[in-house]
Amino acid sequence: MTRPETTETQQTVSLTIDGSPVEVRPGATLLEACRQMGTEVPTLCYLETLTPVNVCRICVVEVERNRTLVPACSRIAEEGMVVKTDSDRVRHSRKMILEFLGSSVDLSAAEDEVGEWMEQYEAEPGRYGPQSEPTAAGERDRRHPGHHGEVNGRTAEGVHQPTKVDNTLYVRDYSRCILCYKCVEACGIDAQGTYAIAVAGRGFDARISTEMDLPLGDGACVFCGNCIGVCPTGALMFRSEWELRRAEMWDPDTQEVTRTVCSYCGVGCNLELHTQDNRIVKVTSPQDHDVTSGHLCIKGRFGYDYVQNLGDVDRSSIDEVLAKARRPAPE
Amino acid sequence: MDLRFTDAQPTAAEREAVESVLGPAGVESHQRVRTASNLRIFATGMQSVADRRHLLLPALETVQSEIGWVSEGALMHICRELSVPPAEAWGVATFYSLISVDPSPPVVLHICDDIVCRRAGALELMEGLEANGRTPATRWLPSPCLGQCDRAPAAYVQRAGEEDQVLSSIDPASRPIGPDGSIPSTNGQTDTSAVPQAGEPHLRLLRRVGTVDPRSLDSYLDAGGYRALEEAVQMGPAALVAEVKASGLRGRGGAAFPAWIKWEAVANSPDPVRYLICNADESEPGTFKDRVLMEDDPFSVIEAMTISGYAVGARQGYLYIRGEYPLATRRLRSAIHQARRAGLLGESTRNGVSFDIDLRRGQGAYICGEETALMNSIEGLRGEPRNKPPFPTVSGLFGKPTVINNVETLCNVLNIVTDGGSSFAASGTPQSTGPKLFCLSGSVRRPGTYEVEFGATLGDLIALAGGLPEGRRLRAVLLGGAAGSFVLPDLLEMPLTFEAASEAGVSLGSGVIMAFDQHTDFGDILARIAAFFRDETCGQCVPCRVGTVRVEEALARIRRDPQPGDLELIEEIDLAMRDASICGLGHTAAIALRSALELGLLE
Ligand SMILES: Cc1cc2nc3c(=O)[nH]c(=O)nc-3n(C[C@H](O)[C@H](O)[C@H](O)COP(=O)(O)O)c2cc1C
Ligand code: SF4
Ligand code: SF4
Ligand code: SF4
Ligand code: FES
Ligand code: FES
Repeated sequence: MTRPETTETQQTVSLTIDGSPVEVRPGATLLEACRQMGTEVPTLCYLETLTPVNVCRICVVEVERNRTLVPACSRIAEEGMVVKTDSDRVRHSRKMILEFLGSSVDLSAAEDEVGEWMEQYEAEPGRYGPQSEPTAAGERDRRHPGHHGEVNGRTAEGVHQPTKVDNTLYVRDYSRCILCYKCVEACGIDAQGTYAIAVAGRGFDARISTEMDLPLGDGACVFCGNCIGVCPTGALMFRSEWELRRAEMWDPDTQEVTRTVCSYCGVGCNLELHTQDNRIVKVTSPQDHDVTSGHLCIKGRFGYDYVQNLGDVDRSSIDEVLAKARRPAPE
Repeated sequence: MDLRFTDAQPTAAEREAVESVLGPAGVESHQRVRTASNLRIFATGMQSVADRRHLLLPALETVQSEIGWVSEGALMHICRELSVPPAEAWGVATFYSLISVDPSPPVVLHICDDIVCRRAGALELMEGLEANGRTPATRWLPSPCLGQCDRAPAAYVQRAGEEDQVLSSIDPASRPIGPDGSIPSTNGQTDTSAVPQAGEPHLRLLRRVGTVDPRSLDSYLDAGGYRALEEAVQMGPAALVAEVKASGLRGRGGAAFPAWIKWEAVANSPDPVRYLICNADESEPGTFKDRVLMEDDPFSVIEAMTISGYAVGARQGYLYIRGEYPLATRRLRSAIHQARRAGLLGESTRNGVSFDIDLRRGQGAYICGEETALMNSIEGLRGEPRNKPPFPTVSGLFGKPTVINNVETLCNVLNIVTDGGSSFAASGTPQSTGPKLFCLSGSVRRPGTYEVEFGATLGDLIALAGGLPEGRRLRAVLLGGAAGSFVLPDLLEMPLTFEAASEAGVSLGSGVIMAFDQHTDFGDILARIAAFFRDETCGQCVPCRVGTVRVEEALARIRRDPQPGDLELIEEIDLAMRDASICGLGHTAAIALRSALELGLLE
């Protein structure tokens, strides 16, 4: 055997992105390469802390000699690749994906970038017609694969349905669900290891579900809230946030975020307490925090009631709304 | 992993059904053996895979077939036995259209209302059933193509605790099933098969079809069966791969990919654990050729898999067959059993080859014919295609190097071994070598599976099938299936070769030739195709999950009241689906529709 080749040649991979050369570490994705050179690539189902599922396809880029576009979030950079991130084909697919989502899902509580991309790619979700009527509670959860009802094309079919409110801690509004699989990954293999939720059904009727569509409390859920932490569209929401939004009192502009360390145990999880009117309205953990990667347990996520007493004599209206969040069923 | 189950318990019958697949509760998997009477126990050959998750679908399928539906108690029992999170098992069970998670009557009829059957009276048939109502003993549901288009209309019957079956050539004016679930014996053919060319001397793939007894190994041996395996063993694996390379054999499942490239990659893999998969999912509307091979010459499929597994160094093969093929399933199971008993399959056969086959039944999902979805389905996951790369030759079934080929592709290997690769390459055309099966259906006198040498024209094939019935003129042909495209009679002179098709911008797909005459309501056919893709998309990626719905809606508008811009919208959707979808379903979902609109078939 000859001496092993100097590893120098393998230390970086060179490719061209939008005409500029770039060198990345071996194993880096095209997304990483793009970010390294400051090229913006939209993502929805990708998160640094989760295994890429590459299903939303918003991150597609054009790679020379590939018949189709490729997902930047999961395609590994190869030596000599020639990548375009803003070609007509790329722009067209991104625009259509945004239109498909915008015409079928309620994106009003989605991350701010989504609205910006809609403008940037000139997406017009409205051109598929008016939204179809929301389905009755549980109807989508009972659909059998392989069949669907009459289609007349007068409306654009969507996933709109009543919010699932079955506990006091968080709600599931699957009208807002883009099926990015992030919550499934966070609940299962990538963080929590509980596997309380999975994708059920098939095709347009596919949905996030517990086993047999059980209420959360009757299944395996341990209420760590990690699924809420990763949801990009507000489909999973603190009950407190949901109640405040219903009362039209949710006001992010006046909210403050205080960083602290969870006092329940000695692990040292960082918490971000979101307060409005001095009331804690939701709790997150920084995604880049090396202890939590954004994930918490039920105590850190929801166990904040002991620091605020909503039963005070001098109840302001926010307290009344937050008190509603303590009742099992919505009013 | 600390799993939580609900308290629901199985009934005794459910417990027994699960036990028939997983073995007695609480017994370790390596102690479970496959008995002669019970071919359902899948423990053999799987010792290297500690995880028993792959038994999830067989367990669900068995409960479905024995009990008629999968209750919460049965699901929880399976989850406890296999340590599968209930939410995931629910996700798997609800993915398949043949599995019911709601209480179901013991007899369920799946009536095909797909392209050919709906033109052969399926709608009338369903109307009659609707009028007669549903009874506690039976229920019917519409079904996508059942692979019986040469004997339309057809239905697939699930019967709790009894053998499932297929009804074909049903009289549309009849009621194919009594209120008590009984099937009038006069109604339709059940489970029979034949090919119009049976016995013709020039046949190679179909030469034994209709002439040997598909139930008997002796009959197969008398007809020259297993001589190819003997020769193959004398040649050795490397020479086999070389012969397949010399033969120029390209895949018959739809993509026309050269077989040797996959074979060589896996044969040369440093990983000693490899798999061979025979793709017998055959769910492309209009396709029924693999069914003929499996029903009427099942031993050839088993022998071909054995040789192929030997060539690429796989000791375990999987045969994944669609659930709606009960006759083929029974014959293959029996063939596997007989071959094992005769020492032609198993740990160490009398040829010194170590190769065994597990038969897995799909449960109603077209997408599971896509190679990586099929692998996920076997592994007990939802049948969602994987992103490629990595390709299956590098990371396939259970993450191991895997060769996956179509039934017809594999059956060609027998001729390549006995006649030599170069002799195979000498037939057909230089780029499309060997024989090819085509599935003729629709407006032809003698629908069926036909074998020709590559090079025959579209017109030749239609003539072979007897041409169109009296008074009918050819208006268009759907070539390649729902994922293919419509062509007009001006292409009748086109040779049906991969190269000629690709030059004409069309695809041979899985060999579908569906003829339509001047009386065809193309609007209805297109609506059915759009509905098919919307029903069958796995739903994983946005462009295909929503795109198929938007295409269906746009088509409904066009049919009602065409507006300028409609066609452009479908083109825009198609472009995004082709460019940004994960798999071939999304890439091809709007092609047939676009071709029909562009050819003016709706006018
Ligand atoms: C949606 C979809 C369905 C498919 N169904 C089948 C099928 O039923 N049978 C089959 O052999 N190939 C099917 N294929 C093609 C397979 O992915 C794969 O290419 C094939 O099994 C390879 O075998 P071959 O090279 O011998 O053709 C399908 C592909 C797609 C995208
Ligand atoms: S709260 Fe935690 S356990 Fe419950 S579904 Fe979300 S991630 Fe899973
Ligand atoms: S609920 Fe949120 S995180 Fe889960 S799939 Fe839907 S959008 Fe994604
Ligand atoms: S293209 Fe369609 S079938 Fe294929 S992975 Fe995407 S959603 Fe599933
Ligand atoms: S971010 Fe890449 S596919 Fe979703
Ligand atoms: S069997 Fe009905 S269309 Fe194929």
